[in-house]
Amino acid sequence: MRLLRIVPDDTKFDFMRFRRISFPVSAMLSIAAIALFFFHGLNFGIDFIGGTLMEVQTKAGPADLSKMRATIESLHLGDFQLQQFGAPDDVLIRISEQPGGDEAQQAAVQKVRDALGDDVDYRRVEVVGPSVSTELLAYGTIGLVLAIVAILIYLWFRFEWQFALGAMIANVHDLVLTVGFMSLTHIDFDLTSIAALLTILGYSLNDTVVIYDRIREMLRRYKRMPMPDLLNASVNATLSRSIVTHVTVAMSLLALLLFGGQAIHSFTATMMFGVVLVGTYTSVFIASPILIYLGVGSTRHGGTEEPEAPPVVPSATPVPAKPVKPSTPSRRARARR
Amino acid sequence: MLFFTRWKAAAILLTALAVCLCALPNFFPERVVRTWPSWAQRHVVLGLDLQGGSHLLLEVDTGAVRKEQLQAIDDDVLRVLRQARIPFTGRAIHGNAVEVHITRDTDLDTALGKLRELSQPLSGLAGSTGQRNIDITNNSGLITLAPTDAAVTERVRQAVDQSIEIIERRVNEIGLVEPTIQREGADRILVQVPGLQDPTRLKELLGKTAKLDFRMVDLSMTPEQAQDAHPSESEILDGEGGQKFLIEKRVLVSGADLVDAQAGFDPTNNQPVVNFRFNSGGARKFADVTTANVGKPFAIVLDNKVISAPVIRTPIIGGSGQISGNFTVQSANDLAVLLRAGALPAPLTIIEERTVGPGLGQDSINAGEHAAYAGAALVIIFMFVTYGLFGLFANIAVAVNVAMIFGVLSLLSATLTLPGIAGIVLTVGIAVDSNVLIYERIREEVRAGRTAINAIDAGFTRALATILDSNITTFIAAAVLFYIGTGPVRGFAVTLGVGIITTLFTAFTLTRLIVAYWVRLWRPKVVPI
Repeated sequence: MRLLRIVPDDTKFDFMRFRRISFPVSAMLSIAAIALFFFHGLNFGIDFIGGTLMEVQTKAGPADLSKMRATIESLHLGDFQLQQFGAPDDVLIRISEQPGGDEAQQAAVQKVRDALGDDVDYRRVEVVGPSVSTELLAYGTIGLVLAIVAILIYLWFRFEWQFALGAMIANVHDLVLTVGFMSLTHIDFDLTSIAALLTILGYSLNDTVVIYDRIREMLRRYKRMPMPDLLNASVNATLSRSIVTHVTVAMSLLALLLFGGQAIHSFTATMMFGVVLVGTYTSVFIASPILIYLGVGSTRHGGTEEPEAPPVVPSATPVPAKPVKPSTPSRRARARR
Repeated sequence: MLFFTRWKAAAILLTALAVCLCALPNFFPERVVRTWPSWAQRHVVLGLDLQGGSHLLLEVDTGAVRKEQLQAIDDDVLRVLRQARIPFTGRAIHGNAVEVHITRDTDLDTALGKLRELSQPLSGLAGSTGQRNIDITNNSGLITLAPTDAAVTERVRQAVDQSIEIIERRVNEIGLVEPTIQREGADRILVQVPGLQDPTRLKELLGKTAKLDFRMVDLSMTPEQAQDAHPSESEILDGEGGQKFLIEKRVLVSGADLVDAQAGFDPTNNQPVVNFRFNSGGARKFADVTTANVGKPFAIVLDNKVISAPVIRTPIIGGSGQISGNFTVQSANDLAVLLRAGALPAPLTIIEERTVGPGLGQDSINAGEHAAYAGAALVIIFMFVTYGLFGLFANIAVAVNVAMIFGVLSLLSATLTLPGIAGIVLTVGIAVDSNVLIYERIREEVRAGRTAINAIDAGFTRALATILDSNITTFIAAAVLFYIGTGPVRGFAVTLGVGIITTLFTAFTLTRLIVAYWVRLWRPKVVPI
């Protein structure tokens, strides 16, 4: 059977040359994303700004939004939004935080429940008070920072510090672009968005680490190869894997996007953007070339590195039936981990 | 890399099988699982977003706790100084402390000595910490008594514990199934009730402190006269219907002395009422008071509102009585529930509510299932098209992987949420990554001119280090998410984290084992990859 080869076997694409384009482009995009964040803002959900969210389903036919709007208007609850949610009889009602603390939020919900009465099914009611929303925002931010620091420390232990720094720059870049995307598309920014950001962080790093692992291996093997060539070789060697993996992840996300329902729609859309689009681009065009600027290779002959990978099992020995010979390399291999 | 001793292979297969089997209870109906031994019953719990239900986060009013604590100190100061016949002025609560001024300097030492007796050492669970519950300072005759921070913390902790107990009783009384009631942080309580669609009644029950007092009505003046100035021993309270009452502050008998309360009907007019019964101490006090005050009105006060103020016609010596007010059957019932469960030590505020109806829950389960099948189908086909036989191996490994995720989640009795399902679907996409890494490496080694078996061996050896590195970074993100997340998001962190561990297990053992056996059986000259 002829198997699918997405990337031809001997691809030698000069990725490093693109750093002269990719760095300025990324810098500009990042600035744009930050500008979006500050001037366009994020569509913060009730998790972070407090308030009430109700998902209701009308019992008789499609929802009459204007009538519903008038009903809620008459309650004088301040700012509110109505939005069709997935189906024509499904409506999302958002009510901004009521002045007067936690009890006032509860009172508002009760008013809406009384006003809409039994004409609708209450599929979801969420009320987040001011104290909780402040905390959730703080926890979310702390969590992101904590994750970045923890991963930085881990990479610093496993690689040289330049790698850790490079990975960090690359992935903060990912997060910034993703936040820009969320601002642009006005996707709800709530607790699940923090989950999406953390997952994007995890998976972009996953990708970056795979390439870095290869770069480290090449650095040990080819002591005299110029840095750009070495980086190019590493990226090309892992390119096929990157693409295959991103196709499978994209397939999973696509399934979630198409069938996973409204509730996780913004979550999967964010992930799709962050992991598949930005993450892939970053590990190839940012995370790898940045190592040139961070001075990887200048300390190549440092003595702290582990010895090269164990020698390959001699070709004359296929897998024998008795546990004698090849146990040596496999044990050594295990010890290395 | 490709060699496994027989016992090792057996151990790997048995581990995988055992973990997969742990997922079994999820696929049998509840009543079948019930008949199994208890260790085999652990299963995945559906989150509230999937099965529907109410999640309420309550906060104990620490301000009220503090105020009550100050009030108690204030009462003690009054009692102690009066007993010792020490003249004083300006006794008042200022901010977070009680202040009192001792009139004569000669009394100062005696007063300080007496007041210091009020300060008790705090006894926590860890034994005496050397801290006391009240800080007493003397500033030339002005004595300040402030509860220490440790004392306040301890009191709040107790209040949360008591509240949990009382909430449990209240929730059980209204017949809700399998509620979870637990402490969250220092001053919060999380109440989760699966299947509850409309938490209005529950919220009403939890929002009431249910502090019931029997007090005398102050007849020295009318409430209207009392608006401007009234005796310091009395206060003006609202009635149910909006009218005002002047009620003595002194509590004759409190709700703590009740042993039972039941909703019923008044035989004379068929109105809903609440019948109650006192314990012996309460009954004696109530008998004394009613005997001494025949002909006068007393007030039944609930949460500082007068429910009714009947006139005592005859002494009530049996220890039981009846509260009548403007009750409906439901409100009489609720009051009886509240009285039986007891009063909360401090008011509770609902600071977060998340309720999901059963319709949305079922829709979410369906959506999650569809997405999972679609995602799995796409990935399985793609892997087979890309790697052929090895893709098939990968697919087997991924299938085992998913089964193992369910097994581990069952062992942990973890909560499965919609984001959690998304985590599993995502894991399917990611789990193949470990196989992709290995296979791509094998392809490379083949291109580098190695023989089939050599290339496979080298591919595994080199890819596994990378797999470990790359998965640990993701695991760190999942761990942080678990730590900061709540509810559905935490469910996502759990499945993601568990997925990474099972992925590492299958990559390091199962995939290798399958390939090793294939190599041993077929002795391939060319890697079909």
